[in-house]
Amino acid sequence: MTSPGPLDALRAVAGRDLLSALRRRADLLTTLIFFIIVASLFPLGVGTETALLRAMGPGVIWVAALLASMLALTRVFAGDYADGTLEQLALAPQPLAALAMSKVTAHWLASGLPLVIVAPVLGLQYDLDAEGLLILLASLLLGTPTLSLIGAIGASLTLGVRGGGALLSLIVLPLYVPVLIFGAGAVEAGAAGLGATPHLSLLGALLLVALVFAPWATAVALRIAVE
Amino acid sequence: MITHTNWFKYSSPATFYQLAGKLTPWFFAAAILFTIAGIYVSFFVAPTDAQQGEAYRIIFIHVPAAWMSMFIYIVMACWSGIGLAFNTRLSSMVASALAPTGALMTFIALWTGSLWGKPMWGTWWVWDARLTSELILLFLYFGFMSLQAAIDDPRRADKAGAVIALVGVINVPIIYFSVKWWNTLHQGASVSLTRSPSMAATMLIGMLLMALAFWMYSIGAMLMRVRCIILERERNAAWVKSVQGDER
Amino acid sequence: MNWESVSAFIAMGGYGGFVWGSYGITAACFAIEIWLLLARQRRVRRQLLGQQ
Repeated sequence: MTSPGPLDALRAVAGRDLLSALRRRADLLTTLIFFIIVASLFPLGVGTETALLRAMGPGVIWVAALLASMLALTRVFAGDYADGTLEQLALAPQPLAALAMSKVTAHWLASGLPLVIVAPVLGLQYDLDAEGLLILLASLLLGTPTLSLIGAIGASLTLGVRGGGALLSLIVLPLYVPVLIFGAGAVEAGAAGLGATPHLSLLGALLLVALVFAPWATAVALRIAVE
Repeated sequence: MITHTNWFKYSSPATFYQLAGKLTPWFFAAAILFTIAGIYVSFFVAPTDAQQGEAYRIIFIHVPAAWMSMFIYIVMACWSGIGLAFNTRLSSMVASALAPTGALMTFIALWTGSLWGKPMWGTWWVWDARLTSELILLFLYFGFMSLQAAIDDPRRADKAGAVIALVGVINVPIIYFSVKWWNTLHQGASVSLTRSPSMAATMLIGMLLMALAFWMYSIGAMLMRVRCIILERERNAAWVKSVQGDER
Repeated sequence: MNWESVSAFIAMGGYGGFVWGSYGITAACFAIEIWLLLARQRRVRRQLLGQQ
């Protein structure tokens, strides 16, 4: 029998998180419903003039996805922090950054990916054309993992701290701004006929930078929280 | 005979407390001198701007405040990082002492930017790259201060603040370029060391003098604040009790 | 000298409100910060004395 390899631990952590997320479907659905409700609130606030909605659409959907993703962040480490699993993970032989990375991946699959899938439907509410919907999909696909990665840093810093979700938002939202600008900008550029490729490339670049730095920063923050 | 000072002795809160107390008046004195010089140049030497009239004189506050807001954030992140890496308490205390002053500079930059924008562009708020980046910088300062305020354990607060400050400092250029990409309304940077200045030399001198004034003031305020933080956090140390007797 | 008279100085070519509003708020901010710091100093000293 082969002894477990290094990746097995990562896969096990991710699998466990995904399984518990799928069992607690209510959390997943709450995030999704929040996304849908917020995106639907805006026309009620600003009126239904089609041109206005078409102009607002990308930004509104992006902000709603951003807020929904942030709401879900409180759950990525909180459960393990509460029952002591996090300390075990910190003591494990695998690098904490890698373990954090697999938890964030599972978290994104459970809470970020559904947003990406549902977004085009909301795009229809804002009268985006087929190409716009495609760009929206691509921008969210590239952007939401970045949001999860950056957000994980904030989530690990605020573990067990008073002020919880509101404090997390205050810390994390300024860091989300570049992703929001390029994400919504991609769809708007596409709609204006200027081509979304530069924006999408920059989103990809942000994702790569986040992939390199965020797990490490998250690990540092997790150690601060458990020591 | 050459005497060697062991500079590291100042990394102890007790010795730094005394040093800070002695230095504070000097920094405030320097701030006052630079302010007098700066105000003189700003109002009596620098000529009236051809396009903007007298309203442009707000620049002598707005630009130095903006410079300081960014400079203080970087310095704060550095001290925070040193505190995290070397586990030194005083470095983190200095970082915490810098934050409110930095946030104040950011607020002043935003306020004066708004008061400058109204006569120039007609609105109280302009969503241009520089002002929007300053606004986000203010949020970054608030995040740092709120996080530290919410954590009861001072050492954990120090380290958590360091992580968020360092993540913020890496993000500031990214945020700036993304916001610039997003909007380019603001007048291009007219103070540059490589290009010939598009403003009169006297205007540049005025801004630099005011920047030095703000810098001296910031150090003075930081020294005052860090002394308070040291007393608050080290209250159970023996040296604090003896200081109480000395400073009656 | 840039100014013909004191009233011209205060009026700032019509922009007096904006210019003096800026300088005034800045001075007020610094004054408030120092005042708050002095109050904090007094508070800490009082607490330390009470502790002994």
